[in-house]
Parts: sequence; structure tokens; C-alpha cells
Amino acid sequence: MEAYLSLFVRSVFVENLALAFFLGMCTFLAISNKIETAIGLGVAVVVVQVITVPVNNLIFHYLLSEGALAWAGVAEIDLSFLGLITYIGVIAAMVQILEMTLDRYFPALYNALGIFLPLITVNCAILGGTLFMVERDYAFGESVVYGLGSGFGWALAITALAGLREKLKYSDVPDGLQGLGITFITVGLMSLGFMAFSGIQL
Amino acid sequence: MAGPTTKVLFDPLVNNNPITLQILGICSALAVTTTLKGSLLMCLALTAVLVFANGTISMIRHHIPGNIRIIVQMTIIASLVIVTDQFLKAFAAETSKQLSVFVGLIITNCIVLGRAEAFATKNPIGLSMLDGLGNAMGYSLILIIVGTLRELLGSGSLLGYPVLPLSTAGGWFHPIGIMLLPPSAFFIIGLLIWGLRTWKTEQVEKPQYQIHQVHRTEVI
Repeated sequence: MEAYLSLFVRSVFVENLALAFFLGMCTFLAISNKIETAIGLGVAVVVVQVITVPVNNLIFHYLLSEGALAWAGVAEIDLSFLGLITYIGVIAAMVQILEMTLDRYFPALYNALGIFLPLITVNCAILGGTLFMVERDYAFGESVVYGLGSGFGWALAITALAGLREKLKYSDVPDGLQGLGITFITVGLMSLGFMAFSGIQL
Repeated sequence: MAGPTTKVLFDPLVNNNPITLQILGICSALAVTTTLKGSLLMCLALTAVLVFANGTISMIRHHIPGNIRIIVQMTIIASLVIVTDQFLKAFAAETSKQLSVFVGLIITNCIVLGRAEAFATKNPIGLSMLDGLGNAMGYSLILIIVGTLRELLGSGSLLGYPVLPLSTAGGWFHPIGIMLLPPSAFFIIGLLIWGLRTWKTEQVEKPQYQIHQVHRTEVI
């Protein structure tokens, strides 16, 4: 249990996908003008991440990795080179299914998240989460925790940045730094703050 | 001289840079730039993928049904990235390991999909491939600048060869540790954008909220 808790804290703070690995930066910078939209996008990322990382984990362990097809009687096949295309396919399919399910059963939630869901397919935080899961060889339980933690960390970072930017628009920024420039500097300072968490072990 | 070809090829370098103006492909620009070698390899990988993705998508642009085009584009890009990834693993195993997941992440690098969507679906093959090359060069330019700065100031070397004599080895240069850490990448790109927009003032964004209607200098 402690191992899971430690993994969760590490994936939220120490190895924050947005601030330590720069994943999902395009959406991170483009959709952080308002707190409400940032929270909506953050929740959507958490949901998709919790589903796709474990699903990709199962696919990797039972279909793609070396010797994974032993249950089908062909033990010597190594399909791991097909990983990238499979993962992105799974992510796109999951997002599509999630969109349809939400539309059918939770229309309120669909209206809130609707516009962000298609964007998530090309959000590198999602694919990045899966690739880190494969690279670090997480077991199924760990992959669920990692998906939740990394998604939550990303949501936390974008919400915090949106809060900062809402205040920041009243400040007098030099012309050349206006907009994108000052956002970069702000994110840099946030990332500096998050580095204070490094080395925390539970 | 300034025909459409030259414009397509060289505009993305400064005037319409994918990173500093279009906000595309920032993730990898920040992550792989701790060393110059990593940046160079990443540039090569992205150039190959971008040129061929734009070419392929432009080639079949009349046959892709509109509502499934994203998936078709994704599949093409993913296949190209797999080829690149396998190639790097075979011929540059060390650096490929250092780049870790970021080669794979070229798939979701917004430059590739963004250019495919914005340019390749509407233009002929030759022009699309040039557009891919131009944007890849714009991306590479920023990556190389950031990579050079970070490696030089962070560890006093370039491409692994010592340039500035380190204080630990009896020289005068004390490495700036923060250059190797994530925040410095944000600062350097932020300052690059500042410099670029001071030079090219038409790229300056409008402030979202203005206290005075008159310009700052006129108030004084």
C-alpha cells in the first residue's frame, strides 16, 4: 500500500508530467486563460489517463512485449515495435468511446468536457504517460495508480497556471513578453517551485 | 526571388516560427535540449517525420474522407515515427536511450499534425514537403540555440567536448547547475520569444486587459 501511495505522490509532485517532463505543453499553454476551462480540461485528462494507461498496460503485457503471446502458443514473437501505433490507436479509440458514453448517459458532464475530449487525443501527456509506464515496466496495479497520479498532477499544474494567468493579465508586461513570453517565464517559476518536491520519499 | 517556394521554405524560420509564434511542438523542445547532441538528433528525427508525413498526407489528400482524416493522419505519422525510432535504436542506441520516450512522442508533437492539417491537406506534394522542411528548420533553429546554451552554460561543453575549462578541473568556469534542470528551458525560450518579438514587433500579442487606452510611452 505504501508503495502505491509513494508512487502517487511521486507522479503528482516530483515527476509532474507538465512541469518536470514538459508533456502536454501545447494545450497547457493554449488553454490556461480561464480557471473554469482549465479545470474542465484537467478533469478530462485525469479520466482519460486513468483509463488508457491501465488498458495499454494490459495490451503491452498480454500482446506486445517479448514472449507475451505465450498464451496463444507463439512464445517467440516480439511485437514491441508495434507499440507506438497501438497506443495511439487505443488512446484515440478510448477518447471516442468515452465521448459517446458521456453523450449517452451523462449529458451534463458531456457538455462540460465535450470540446476538450477530441483535443486530448493529441495531448502528449496521455501518450507520454503510457510510454513512461512501458519504459518503467509498471505492473497493472501500479499503472492504475500512475495514471491517476500523473493525470492529477497535470490537472493541478494547469489549474494553478490558469489562476496565475487570470491575475497576471492586470499586470504591466513589457510588449515583447506579452502573452506567450510571460507565460513561459511563469511556468518556469512554477517548475522551479515544484522542484522543491524532488527527493521526497514516503 | 521571394516566390511562393522561398516563402514557404523560409517563413517558418523567423517570421512564422512554429515554436515561438504558432505554439506548436513545445514539449520536446524543452525536454531534449539539455545536451546539444540530443537536440540535433531530435531535429533530424522530427525533420524526417515532418517532411514525409506532409508529403504522404498531401499525396492522398483527395482520397481521405473528411470525418476520419485525423485518424488517417495519426496512422501515417505513427508509422513514420516507428520507422524513425527503430532506425535510431539501430544506429544511435546511446542517444536514443537518452531521448527516452520523446522520439515516440513525435506522434503527438503538434507540429506534425498541425502542419498536416493546416497545410498538407490543401497543397500539392512538392510545396507540402517544402513546408515540412521549413517548419522543421524553424523548430531545429530554436532547439539548437536552446541546446547550445544549456549544454555550454550547464556543463561547459559542446557535443560532449569541453569548451569552457571547468573550475573542478582547475579552470575558471563554474557550471550553472540550473541550466540542466527543467525550469531553465522555460526561461530560455521565454527570453528568446522576448528577443524575437522586440526585433519583429508585428508578432507582439495584444494585451488582454488595458488600464489606459493610450500607449505607455505617451502617458509618461
